[in-house]
Amino acid sequence: MRKALVIAIPYLWLLALFLVPFLIVLKISLSDSVLAIPPYAPKLDLSEGWGGLMRFVSELDFENFAFLASDNLYWKAYLSSLRIAVIATFLTLLVGYPIAYAMARAPEEWRPTLLMLVILPFWTSFLIRVYSWMGILSSEGYLNQLLLKLGLISEPLTILNTNIAVFIGIVYTYLPFMILPIYAALEKLDGSLLEAAEDLGCSRTSAFWLVTLPLSRSGIIAGCFLVFIPSIGEFVIPSLLGGSDTLMIGKVLWEEFFSNRDWPVASAVAVILLLILIIPIILFQRNEQRQREADS
Amino acid sequence: MTQTIFAPWTDPAEKPLIEFDRVTKRFGDFTAIDDLSMAIYEREFFALLGPSGCGKTTLMRMLAGFDTPSEGTIWLAGQDIAPVPPNKRAVNMMFQSYALFPHLSVWENIAFGLRREGMPKDQLAARVDEMLRLTRLQRFAGRKPHQISGGQRQRVALARSLAKAPKLLLLDEPLGALDAKLRQDTQFELMEIQETTGTTFVIVTHDQEEAMTVASRVAVMDEGRVMQIATPEDIYEAPSSVYVADFIGDVNILRGTARQTAPGRYEILWGEGRAPLISESDTALDNGQSCALAIRPEKVSISADRPETANAAQGKILDIAYLGNLSTYHVELPDGQIIKAQEANTQRIARRSFTWEDEVWVSWTKTAAVLLAD
Repeated sequence: MRKALVIAIPYLWLLALFLVPFLIVLKISLSDSVLAIPPYAPKLDLSEGWGGLMRFVSELDFENFAFLASDNLYWKAYLSSLRIAVIATFLTLLVGYPIAYAMARAPEEWRPTLLMLVILPFWTSFLIRVYSWMGILSSEGYLNQLLLKLGLISEPLTILNTNIAVFIGIVYTYLPFMILPIYAALEKLDGSLLEAAEDLGCSRTSAFWLVTLPLSRSGIIAGCFLVFIPSIGEFVIPSLLGGSDTLMIGKVLWEEFFSNRDWPVASAVAVILLLILIIPIILFQRNEQRQREADS
Repeated sequence: MTQTIFAPWTDPAEKPLIEFDRVTKRFGDFTAIDDLSMAIYEREFFALLGPSGCGKTTLMRMLAGFDTPSEGTIWLAGQDIAPVPPNKRAVNMMFQSYALFPHLSVWENIAFGLRREGMPKDQLAARVDEMLRLTRLQRFAGRKPHQISGGQRQRVALARSLAKAPKLLLLDEPLGALDAKLRQDTQFELMEIQETTGTTFVIVTHDQEEAMTVASRVAVMDEGRVMQIATPEDIYEAPSSVYVADFIGDVNILRGTARQTAPGRYEILWGEGRAPLISESDTALDNGQSCALAIRPEKVSISADRPETANAAQGKILDIAYLGNLSTYHVELPDGQIIKAQEANTQRIARRSFTWEDEVWVSWTKTAAVLLAD
């Protein structure tokens, strides 16, 4: 009984803050856009009883989804988001793995400090940090000033408002989510395994490829999903750092909601985004579970 | 039929496989190995025995190549091994934690070292199967390390380290994680495998029984120095110092001063009002030199009446440790000295001759004890 109560708390939480809002969004996505407040119809009025509910359901349709499929802006935006998220995840892995590796190899008394440093950026508002990147990357920004002073370039580089700036922003923002699971996996790694590999004829490098890397696989997978999943729907980074040619579904969603005030289409975009994300989320869960089984 | 006794260390013409030449190893201020020299011969089963922190693991790690000596040289088959990295040494190690690769199957674990050599596929498969047969693991070839028992894991680790047919196999507390019964079986298995493969084994252990069972010679270590290197019999019967006598097995140490009464014959004065102890020994001691007599409890007899033996003392039974097949009696002499005597339990326990608080005589012959300079 008590066990059931304990389990009930997270489920109630998910029900109230995830499932119910999702159902509302789903309902709106099946409605039609109208000039009213709120800007969609039909509205559910339970005071009319069963008949009212039936009429409400009969007025819902999949028009908005058909529209999304017919206008290639949307699926281009989805594909572009996927592409940017995949590349950004890969870049984050390239930057994050060496950092996690160095942390796990650092003297034990240093590790809590290093861990703290990785988490430290979260103490500042995410928005402020993205704005500071604008200050760094703009053509009169610190980066260009530095490179000009060093004489490495003669013309300021255009980085801000390009996809490069978006990648920099995503890598910077989500780096801790990549580092922490990889670090956790590497820290557990028994040092005698590497000695055994060397003893059996491995060089240091081949011991890394044959032992360290496979044994940190679960951390890599977890880190990649933790970066990939939020990157797809990312809105702030592409809208602040990206340019006009940066097409991401988060931006499209925002524009549908706030510029076009077309809540039903925007909701349909959100529903499809969620459906796309369910696949990697399920894969992520499977990885976590496999890891738990291997640990026990 | 003549049986040759395996004892290359007695043959001066024999070249040792490994030679430690005045090796010192320091970690910062701490001296782990202190000016140590010793030789290990081919086909030996050599045990490094000592309490934790005595430097035995450091010695082994230097042989494997994970540590290098601060001073001195280690020779392996006539070659200085200091500049040879671990992956280029004809030495393999079985780790205390086994260090099996958790992401690889038993088969893959054993094949790991052979793969690195670039052994052709069919040869490799044959070698792995041979190792699986040797360690009776054929049925578990496809399992992952976490799917087999501790004893099986231990055998995988052994098979993996033997697969490359090393000149020298190092075993770091190989049986530490096994329970007592499995340990005993495995000890004999290890000896058998060592004999069939003809590999030189160096085993590190803190378990003296294990060292005595498996080893051809035992090196007893303390604080980075070797106290004695000898066969198990000699270590037990003829320890060269009080430390070794005390470390190996149970022993009574009686301290006193020596007085020579005839060549090779001593009287040991060991306290006011006690009759001097008589001992025959080859140990050369000066008159009045302080010395210690080490007597194993099983060499001390216990009786109700005063026996005719050279050394006897009367006391009271303070404690009896019942070990099943044996009982150890702790006999307290009137002045508080405790002497342990061990007797085989040939009778059922209810018919035991002595019990607590009984007045008894403990006695031993003049050759039973080892006389040591203190």
